[in-house]
Amino acid sequence: MSGQTRPHVFLVDDHHLFRSGVRSELGDGVEIVGEASEVDPAIEMIGERAPDVVLVDVHMPAGGGERVIRSVLARHPDVRFLALSVSDAPDDVISVIRAGARGYVTKTISGPELTEAIQRVAEGDAVFSPQLAGFVLDAFASSPVGATDPELDQLTSREREVLRHIARGYTYKEIARELNISVKTVETHVSSVLRKLQLSNRHELTRWAAERRIV
Amino acid sequence: MSATSRGQVTRPRLVRRRDGKVIAGVAAGVADFLGIDRSLVRVAFVVLAIVSGLGVVLYAVAWVLLPNDDGAGGVARAPTEGGWDWVQAAALGAVVLGVVLLLEPLGVWFPEELAIPAALGAGGVALLLGRNRADPAVREGAGRSELLATVVGRGRGALARVVIGAVLVVSGIGAFLATSDAFDAVRQGIVATLVIAGGLGLIFGPWLWRLAGALSDERRERIRSEERAEMAAHLHDSVLQTLAMIQRQADEPRTVTTLARRQERELRGWLFDRVPPAAGDDLGAALEGAAAEVEGQHGVAVEVVRVGGDCPLDDRLRVLVLACREALVNAARHSGVPTVSLYLEVEPERATVFVRDRGAGFEREAIASDRRGITESIEGRMRRAGGKAVIRSRPATGTEVELTMPRVAP
Repeated sequence: MSGQTRPHVFLVDDHHLFRSGVRSELGDGVEIVGEASEVDPAIEMIGERAPDVVLVDVHMPAGGGERVIRSVLARHPDVRFLALSVSDAPDDVISVIRAGARGYVTKTISGPELTEAIQRVAEGDAVFSPQLAGFVLDAFASSPVGATDPELDQLTSREREVLRHIARGYTYKEIARELNISVKTVETHVSSVLRKLQLSNRHELTRWAAERRIV
Repeated sequence: MSATSRGQVTRPRLVRRRDGKVIAGVAAGVADFLGIDRSLVRVAFVVLAIVSGLGVVLYAVAWVLLPNDDGAGGVARAPTEGGWDWVQAAALGAVVLGVVLLLEPLGVWFPEELAIPAALGAGGVALLLGRNRADPAVREGAGRSELLATVVGRGRGALARVVIGAVLVVSGIGAFLATSDAFDAVRQGIVATLVIAGGLGLIFGPWLWRLAGALSDERRERIRSEERAEMAAHLHDSVLQTLAMIQRQADEPRTVTTLARRQERELRGWLFDRVPPAAGDDLGAALEGAAAEVEGQHGVAVEVVRVGGDCPLDDRLRVLVLACREALVNAARHSGVPTVSLYLEVEPERATVFVRDRGAGFEREAIASDRRGITESIEGRMRRAGGKAVIRSRPATGTEVELTMPRVAP
């Protein structure tokens, strides 16, 4: 989808207050096509309304955001998910990413930043909060023992550099300027890190996943 | 967390089944647990019973030890409870009598004179055991004052059942003693003692067993409620106090933000049990502490990201913390933006800190040389301790301070 059209967004969060807050903060940048407060209705409605991006809360009763993501992606693989959470415990974050979310931000994010993140996800790119970038650097820190797939189990030094800047609080545009590369290249690096995060079998990742019993 | 709702696809627990039971549901329960056909287990019990009597003993033991499956069964049985126990008792008595009579011609195990006493005893035990299993007092962990009710049971039939059960067991023992007078005196004495002890065990064993169960249930419940109380106390001291303060200061957004941030930080630490290695010992914890302090004093939010795990503080790293604090204060005072990023990366040979804001920025030359903040408290301090400070700033794009301190080889 092109950057001109307003992405269609669906909200899933069990806090009414938060949903209406997000609605008013997002304003005209996006078009909100529906919202749900529970997992099962959410899965059904997302299937019907075919949004571009689903904003989904990590913590909800009956399986949480993770279950919404897995169930929807199984039938509608082109829906994109941006996970939102107040918590930044690594196991939560890693588990929604591994379920298929293309990004993760904390709920303290400002309105304009959230709009930008949604647009980025709608265009198929990945969005990492500084906190998530920190987790990833930690998870991929050690050189893997007996790595089965070195391509998936290690970050390139450029990817590391990009993540470090995100953790330091840089936007993609600022990173591009700092490293003398194009924004598109930054996006490519981050997407590639996201892919590794979702597919790698590094035990740091599977351990976090196992703690949430998703593996 | 939400994941717990999912963890229930487990093996069935080993219980006595209420649905599809023949005697007490032991065989059905065992079969479900093992995932095999119920008839197989039943046949195994019967064969064991006929060959050696072991089947009966195993069955009885399992009957006592296995809990009921706790679906709706306990409730569903309640209306027919009285009748059921009598049937159960008679059934067990009949089974024992039958097995003993069956074994007699084969000349195994039971002496003849044991048949009737054993049947009587088994019937009595069945009555005592059948006592009140659906009683909520037994199932839900009664309070201390309820213990008598737990032991004796409730309802009209309970006491009668206990008395008749005990009488049956005692008369079983009596019948045994009466028929065994052929034994010589010494053996008789020993056997009598054993039999009486056994009888007492049969009568009181199930009670004690269940009493212990009730007590441990009660204990679990108490631990749960203590945890709840502790959490309530914590939330009261922290979150509720903060919310009250926020309401009182609702017209001062800066204070409200500060309060909310501080509370968030504190609650997060408590929830995720990042037991802070006291700020005096660990670099990351010390930096978080400095960040929290600056947030509190200057009303900005400091987003802290840490990579690389624990790092024990030494004298040089303490200097790093001080320099970082100074950088945070500068950002809070001069940048004019509400958020400052703090990034710490610990590597084996060095620790690096970045403090960044997207605020006003400045030109190095434009700062009067008597403003010693940056030169002295950041650059000079780091240099003297063997580290390095790099400050990058441009008007209107913000400022970043990079602090690097080598770590002493441990």
